[in-house]
Amino acid sequence: MKKDEVPQDLSSLGKITQEICYATDSSGKYVTALSSGWEVKIKALDVAWADIEKRIESAKQQVLNKQASPLLFFMEYRLMDISILADYTGFWKWQIKRHLKPKVFHQLPAKKLEKYAAAFNIKVKDLKNMIINED
Amino acid sequence: MKIEFEHHQAAHCESGVTSNLLRISSQGKITEPIAFGIGAGLFFAYIPLMKINNGPAIAFRTLPGHIFNRTCQSLGISVIRKKFRSPAKAESFLRESLNNGHAVGCQVGVYYLPYFPKEYRFHFNAHNIVVYGREEDNYLVSDPIMESTNILDSYQLERVRFAKGALAPRGHLYFPEHGPAISDEQIKHAIKSGIKKNVRNMLGIPFSFAGVKGIKATGNRIKKWPNKLGLQKAGSYLAQMVRMQEEIGTGGGGFRYIYAAFLQEADAWLPGKGLAAVSRMFTQAGDLWRTAAVQASGIYKGRIGSQQDFDVMGNYLVEIAELEKEAFLVLKKIKW
Repeated sequence: MKKDEVPQDLSSLGKITQEICYATDSSGKYVTALSSGWEVKIKALDVAWADIEKRIESAKQQVLNKQASPLLFFMEYRLMDISILADYTGFWKWQIKRHLKPKVFHQLPAKKLEKYAAAFNIKVKDLKNMIINED
Repeated sequence: MKIEFEHHQAAHCESGVTSNLLRISSQGKITEPIAFGIGAGLFFAYIPLMKINNGPAIAFRTLPGHIFNRTCQSLGISVIRKKFRSPAKAESFLRESLNNGHAVGCQVGVYYLPYFPKEYRFHFNAHNIVVYGREEDNYLVSDPIMESTNILDSYQLERVRFAKGALAPRGHLYFPEHGPAISDEQIKHAIKSGIKKNVRNMLGIPFSFAGVKGIKATGNRIKKWPNKLGLQKAGSYLAQMVRMQEEIGTGGGGFRYIYAAFLQEADAWLPGKGLAAVSRMFTQAGDLWRTAAVQASGIYKGRIGSQQDFDVMGNYLVEIAELEKEAFLVLKKIKW
């Protein structure tokens, strides 16, 4: 990539910091150049977030239809999968899979709910009612 | 004790941290590309059966931690590195090291990194920063991909140092011990050994999913994606690949430009070995990776999406594999 071809399409990161690219100058020597973003990868990130939004929405529907417990919604909301959630809470994966069933979830003792709430950085009350209160 | 440390922005976190931590003892000779090359940073792998954010796990660089380790090892610098069970012990060791005048490299997760924009916060745990001082409860942080330095309070720092999930940092910290200045001979030796190691990684790994073979296999795999996954998911997979390749921390072109910059600098250290010519091959490879990214973006934007478009996409990778294979074969044949 030539230095004068380093893209300057403003990304959400570009508003906070420009990033360094390695590019060649007119004599072919490598120099560093600052880029505020590239449309190709801005779009790639948009695709990733659109997929996440879709999964959050579908999780929400499953919870409302009583096919899944609110854990599923917050997992998607926090971009977690079962193994990340297992690491944060200390539960086994099979336990979490059980807790994803609404019936099991609603019988969980306060102590376990608190672990989940801490992992999602929310309050137990919001966890139960699938309420987002921040960001 | 005042810590001698200068923040310099870099393209890639780990080679940036390595270069910044060695800046004083090497009088600035260990630049970011040199650290990346000595650390044999260039790689490719498509890890089968593993998913990241519901997409393919594709890596363009070596495992986290390898660049710093290998660079220090090749330069004969002894290293302190530790992981911790207990966050309290992790913090007290960090404080102690700072008190002894060390700037300290820390592996962190980015999901809770407060100065990152929200759009970039995934559960990615292989980010690296330098902690270079403390004022009361606040730590002074140099994140090499940011233009300027930042401050994290002890709670924020603990949260990112003890992020969970794949490659969890577990408080991982590392820094070079104070030692004699790094000599030019050491650097030349380390450059040679870094190149040899990278040749082995890209040509010698017997699995079909890694190295130049991995690039080719991935190209052929991409051609099957529309049938196997459907157009929508195939597009998402390509978007994920482009992010791993071009996103912040790569220097562009899936790290190929940093590596080309390394070979150009290496040519000045070790003239007459033809490294400048190989550098140009990697520039070409980087350009091709970016051309492929533009093709991919056409697909995930929904502008194109026929089987033929996927074939073109896959063939770019096949072509890149050939080019990089040729470049590494030239490197392999160098008589040092």
